[in-house]
Amino acid sequence: MNGRPDGIAPEIEARPLMLEMEGVTHFFGNLRAVHNFDLALRHGELVGLIGPNGAGKTTVFNLITGVYRATEGDIRYKGAELVGLPSYEIIQMGIARTFQNIRLFANLTVLDNVRIAYHPHAGYGLVDSVFHTKRFREKEAEMAAQAQEFLEIFSLGERRNDIAGSLPYGLQRRLEIARALAAYPRVLILDEPAAGMNPQEIDELMELIHFIRDRFDLTILLVEHRMRLVMNICEWITVMDFGEIIARGFPADVRNDPHVVEAYLGRQAVDIR
Amino acid sequence: MFKRMKPSVTFFGVGLLIFVVIQALLSLGLLNNYWRGIIFWGAAITMVSLGLNLIYGFNGQFSLGQYGFYAIGAYASADVTYRWVRGDPSALVVVLTGALLALGFYILVSAFLRRFYGVTVMARFTFYVLATILAFAIAVIAFVPLFGPLFSAVLGALPTAVSQQIVFLLALLGGAALAGIASFLFGIPVLELGSDYFGIATLGFTIIIKVLLDNTDTILPFPEMKGARGMIGIPQWTTWPWVFASLLLVIVVMRNVLHSSVGRAIVSVREDERAAELVGIDVTNAKILAFVLGSIFAGLAGGIRAHDLAFLHPQSFNFIQSFNPLIIVVFGGLASMTGTIVTGFFWIFLLEGILRLFLPTGFETWRLVVYPLILLLMMLLRPEGVFGRYELPFLRRRMPPLPAEALAVVAEPTPLRAQTPAVVEVTREEVV
Repeated sequence: MNGRPDGIAPEIEARPLMLEMEGVTHFFGNLRAVHNFDLALRHGELVGLIGPNGAGKTTVFNLITGVYRATEGDIRYKGAELVGLPSYEIIQMGIARTFQNIRLFANLTVLDNVRIAYHPHAGYGLVDSVFHTKRFREKEAEMAAQAQEFLEIFSLGERRNDIAGSLPYGLQRRLEIARALAAYPRVLILDEPAAGMNPQEIDELMELIHFIRDRFDLTILLVEHRMRLVMNICEWITVMDFGEIIARGFPADVRNDPHVVEAYLGRQAVDIR
Repeated sequence: MFKRMKPSVTFFGVGLLIFVVIQALLSLGLLNNYWRGIIFWGAAITMVSLGLNLIYGFNGQFSLGQYGFYAIGAYASADVTYRWVRGDPSALVVVLTGALLALGFYILVSAFLRRFYGVTVMARFTFYVLATILAFAIAVIAFVPLFGPLFSAVLGALPTAVSQQIVFLLALLGGAALAGIASFLFGIPVLELGSDYFGIATLGFTIIIKVLLDNTDTILPFPEMKGARGMIGIPQWTTWPWVFASLLLVIVVMRNVLHSSVGRAIVSVREDERAAELVGIDVTNAKILAFVLGSIFAGLAGGIRAHDLAFLHPQSFNFIQSFNPLIIVVFGGLASMTGTIVTGFFWIFLLEGILRLFLPTGFETWRLVVYPLILLLMMLLRPEGVFGRYELPFLRRRMPPLPAEALAVVAEPTPLRAQTPAVVEVTREEVV
């Protein structure tokens, strides 16, 4: 099987494929940012994507979510081709993401941030909006209840009327994940969720990621620099450098892989070891 | 329950009071035609500006095209009633059936285009333009001889006072619909541009409309519009109830849309277009929706204004004029409906009403010096506008009450906190 390490338990290999990338290559002008990238996630997995700065990790995320259109290769969600679809359709199909540098709707309230992501599932249209029909009131109440539930999970319930931009950094990160979940994804893509967090917060985040995966039945792909998080939480890891996959495997194996050590620390570090 | 209803009760109560007072003043002849015109004009400008605020203030698309749609609504509805009072129902039939047919075609075209991936903007635009041309061609060629006598017969059977009101209503709706159709077609290719380029393109649109209106009797087949000489002989049918009802309609529709999920999608596009797209919002759709709705408001206002003045001149729709609603929106506060409503009326009252009474004639030539100065001072002293984001209680977005189910979730300890100690233990072991 391409895009997966060897030695994964057979009962996991029996699960359905959620997200597949096959031979994905992307050029920015003449710069090859991603080359021949393979990845296959099965239902319920929690997988990491790591690599030094500029390795192309975020580009991979942008390719999946349709920000860029892959120059070559296939990206499939549950077997359906994603390349060429606009971002909002990909999100509505069931893939949600967060951003490396937080991109909340900073002038809107915490609750509205979550409710906006819920919009495709609102269940009423323009006519209901104009007349504030019974359907509008019911669906609106349902939406508010759902949004509130997401906020409670992330301990943001009491701050629902605050302006999102005024929240402390850690809470903004959480709100971003809450907003992503409100789109009802099956696959969640987290771009450096622990950036700027202290060790205590990272521990909480790890617990949170496990919790939301089980609670919402998610498949999670995450990019992260903080090894503490990646090594503890991810079931297996793909390592990139200069747009290529240089290693793939379980955390313990990847940690000792000479290619990985070289990519992060340089040639000499490998020789010393 | 009453507490949540209170803002609505107050709003409609005060609205009714204003309606009754002004109607009484008009009926008793205490307001002369001059002030009547000022009030009606203020209402029309307010509707145009509210439309612009939806496009610029709430959706973040800087537009100078508002007067173009205002002109389309004015001329279209004026043509309908002009011809009707001269015994010709053709314009009425074309505008109404053409608009309905176009709407039907748009639904078909969008269903058709949805079956293809990666349809380019220009292809999309071409399909919709062709659908529009087809719809109006059918209306002109087939529906006028078919429905024209029918319309005349049915409406002619009614008393004149009733049929006149019905025709006026249809003319207003038709003018608004044409403005909406024009903005839809124009918006498909142009809203793809970034906000600044969009502003330039809409400025171009206003100029195109002005030039077309200058040549309605030569380039376009509308001799009754009389080109640059100005259209005369429009029936003066606008009355205070019509003005009030239109303004109320615009305010309530805009408020209801903004307070819904659709409205939140529109606002999210202003906040961060990329982020909105990546939480699943169809950004193009949201932009077109705001643009079309705002233009429909302008078209409706155009019909009201045309039937109050009974005279239309292309010069009153030139691009310099199109800065008026922009100044009003910025002055009142971007994304504040209250600000736009108050400033819209205030603007006309002060600059067209009161100052004209006291200042010597010829001061109008100084307006283009005064307006930019006001705007400059505004930007320096209070960039968020007079009202900032203040809204009247009725127009204010209210947060939903805490729902019962959510409260149940609050009551039980959140899983995160419950499991946190376990994490700490694990990490301690790791450290040791």
